Amino acid sequence: MADAVASLRTSRGPWATALRKLSRDRAAMACLAVFILIVIICLLAPAYATFANTDPFRSSLDATVDINGQQVPVMEQSTEGLGLGYTPIGPTWEFGSYFLGADTQGRDVMARLLYGGRNSLLIAGASTIITILFATAIGLTAGFFGGVTDTILSRILDILWAFPVYLLAISLSIVLIAHGIDLGIITLEAGSLWLPIFIIGIVYIPYIARPIRGQVLALRQSEFVLAAIGLGVPEHRILVRDILPNVSTTLIVFVPLMLAINMLTESALSFLSIGVQPPDASWGTIIQDGQGLLYTRPWVALAPGIAIALTVLVLNVLGDGLRDALDPRSKIRLGGD
Amino acid sequence: MKKWLLAGATALLLTAVSGTAYAEYKAEHRGGTIRLLSRSAGGTLDPHVNYTLQYWQLYQSTYDGLLNFKKAAGADGFNVVADIAEEIPKPENGGKTYVFKIRKGIMFSDGRELGVKDVVASFQRIFKVSSPTAGGFYSVIVGADKCLAEPAKCALEGGVVGDEAAGTVTINLTQPDAEFLYKLGLPHAAILPADAPAQDAGSVPIPGTGPYMFASYDPNKALVMERNPHFKVWSEEAQPDGYPDKVQYDFGLSEEAAVTAIQNGEADWTFDEIPADRLGEIGTKYKDQVHVTPLTAWWYLPMNTRLAPFDNEKARQAVSYAIDRNALVKIFGGPVLAQPVCQVLPPGFPGHEAYCPYTKDPGAKWSAPDMEKAKQLVEESGTKGQKVTIIAEDKAISKSVGIYLQSVLTELGYQAEVKPIATNIQFTYIQNTNNKVQMSITQWYQDYPAASDFLYILFGCESFHEGSDSSVNIAGFCDKEINDKMKAALALGVEDQAAADKMWAEIDKAVTDKAPAAALFTPKHLDFVSKRVGNFQFNSQFYWMVTQSWVQ
Repeated sequence: MADAVASLRTSRGPWATALRKLSRDRAAMACLAVFILIVIICLLAPAYATFANTDPFRSSLDATVDINGQQVPVMEQSTEGLGLGYTPIGPTWEFGSYFLGADTQGRDVMARLLYGGRNSLLIAGASTIITILFATAIGLTAGFFGGVTDTILSRILDILWAFPVYLLAISLSIVLIAHGIDLGIITLEAGSLWLPIFIIGIVYIPYIARPIRGQVLALRQSEFVLAAIGLGVPEHRILVRDILPNVSTTLIVFVPLMLAINMLTESALSFLSIGVQPPDASWGTIIQDGQGLLYTRPWVALAPGIAIALTVLVLNVLGDGLRDALDPRSKIRLGGD
Repeated sequence: MKKWLLAGATALLLTAVSGTAYAEYKAEHRGGTIRLLSRSAGGTLDPHVNYTLQYWQLYQSTYDGLLNFKKAAGADGFNVVADIAEEIPKPENGGKTYVFKIRKGIMFSDGRELGVKDVVASFQRIFKVSSPTAGGFYSVIVGADKCLAEPAKCALEGGVVGDEAAGTVTINLTQPDAEFLYKLGLPHAAILPADAPAQDAGSVPIPGTGPYMFASYDPNKALVMERNPHFKVWSEEAQPDGYPDKVQYDFGLSEEAAVTAIQNGEADWTFDEIPADRLGEIGTKYKDQVHVTPLTAWWYLPMNTRLAPFDNEKARQAVSYAIDRNALVKIFGGPVLAQPVCQVLPPGFPGHEAYCPYTKDPGAKWSAPDMEKAKQLVEESGTKGQKVTIIAEDKAISKSVGIYLQSVLTELGYQAEVKPIATNIQFTYIQNTNNKVQMSITQWYQDYPAASDFLYILFGCESFHEGSDSSVNIAGFCDKEINDKMKAALALGVEDQAAADKMWAEIDKAVTDKAPAAALFTPKHLDFVSKRVGNFQFNSQFYWMVTQSWVQ
């Protein structure tokens, strides 16, 4: 009995416990490390471009590159048969010198991959924040206040959810990408990176708002909330101090998963020319650039494809680890820790 | 005239290629299905409205005009021959009247016989449907001015007069037109049933008189042509019978996939440009299936002279100076497939005199971009820092050209962006002033071998129509002095074509100096066909004669 009491006194609290669990999940930790590494490498894009003395956003059709002391044109003309066509230089595997080769504009694919990664991560991250913020606000409001408020918000979510998410995202992109958005207080210009961020952020709101609303509905009937209401605690305080902390673990688990989903959505939209607009790059646009070179220069498309697959993989594994760490049921599963 | 349009061989070819006798029909090759591919459809199927090479090529075996271009290989295809008319009439009334005797026994694909009333109604319909060339090509017909003002009520009174008893149609012109017979051979003057809808028929086929008819059309999927059961040959040189029983034109495959399909024998030809990364391969492994032919055409960059920043002449000239045409030639596939230019008329074309002010050492030929001069002009124009949007097609080459131009404009100090839009709407989109297009990438292929077909059609005041999808003067250029000279050259051509061509050469230089568009390069045409395609013939006017090839 004394031991049990001592144990309770030394309890680390739920957050510390979760963090401790997460840190013991080797797979999740490895994926976190890989993800951080990807972010750092992408952030170093300007350094790479400077080192390689290349501008990844400008056509360099007449550029040459030094290979084994020889100046080789980046765009090589066919000299056989009818002499048709130019082929961009392939991977040199020399860091800083068209490491992954060139695209049809003679641009360094490695430099574009890094810059593209920055945009892909930025869009995935910013749209995840938008999704989480709006979904949380809607889920809390609908679940806590109920009645007409819940009915209206839930029906709006139902309408959004009724559309296949990619169809909705593509439709919004096609309409908005040419003209931008002007809502008075918010103006997003055509071609701005904020357009895909906004579009992706909006279309996934129901996917988080609905489970949050469900949780809040249950919490609304819990004894500690009823007690707070009975004591006359203002509703906004109850929402912020009692309800929100109890749904925060769910929100945290959603973060890496939404990052992964949003990154895939951004890549799809950019591949279809309705996401990131030239000359900006994202991993999706680079795959599209490489589509016309699949036959002769497959690395142009393969490299961003691998980058997307790896990033999504590590985010999903990290999300699983977070869920295991934060989900109370996993405590039972792990037993006696 | 148009984008993706007609064909063209150079004047060199005109003189070098001798007249080709029509080849004997080889019945043993009759039959089978020829499969064509394109990434996207070519828009409306209405021959009076459609202005794309993609479908003009097909109209050659589905519709007929009073006259037609000869179905022959090479430059012989530039010659106009009698088609629905029994013969080419001699001009009367000082070149202002033509009397056409209509052939008897020609049947539409729906089984009705073609008559005088169909001919008269078809000319009225050109105006009723606001054909893109109604104002440019056919405004010379008496009564056309009223038709242009009120298309729905078009009667061409006194302009096109039918005589049922005599079986003749008389066309009266307001003034002699040296190019009028050419214009009668174009699909916009095709003879359709008198009850054809008085608006764009869209994807609903209109019966025609050629050896084939459109059996079905879904712009998102496929276009199918089958034999016209009522067709009988009346003129081998105007409308010969075809070989395949069916033409299956599928849409949606990417250019890459199309090339692979042709290599594998799953398709016979693709309309789209061959992707750059496949050129080397087909130029070596499949060189026997490749046909490269010079064109009288240009890729160009219309700049909207009515919108900032290109309402400023210096800004337009700056762009022309800054473009590295060699870079664009590389994108297009190299010097085997394209040649840098900086004037409107293509090399070898009537009226062409080599002229290039927008190069490092101005003279006859383009040598290198002059970025210094370009930047200076931008500074002088006061347009630096303004936003510019380039509208490209979503095809690989057009998009690549757009991305390259964006780099150039950025270097010039503009905030440039490129927007690729679907190929099947891009050409009409960039024509409509409501879309406020500042700059676009497009192409123009001759309709017939005359300088006016480039200069007057693309830069004449009469070719500009505010708020219309049919405004081929995309730059909105209208210089009264130059326009008057164009009209004078057109008139002069009736009596002295050589003198007129001299005049067109001066007009070409004047338009080039004003830079309503930046000339990029003159393309050559590359056809890549499957191994089974036989009897490939390239007609300089309408390109590959699809149904004159056999697949078995």
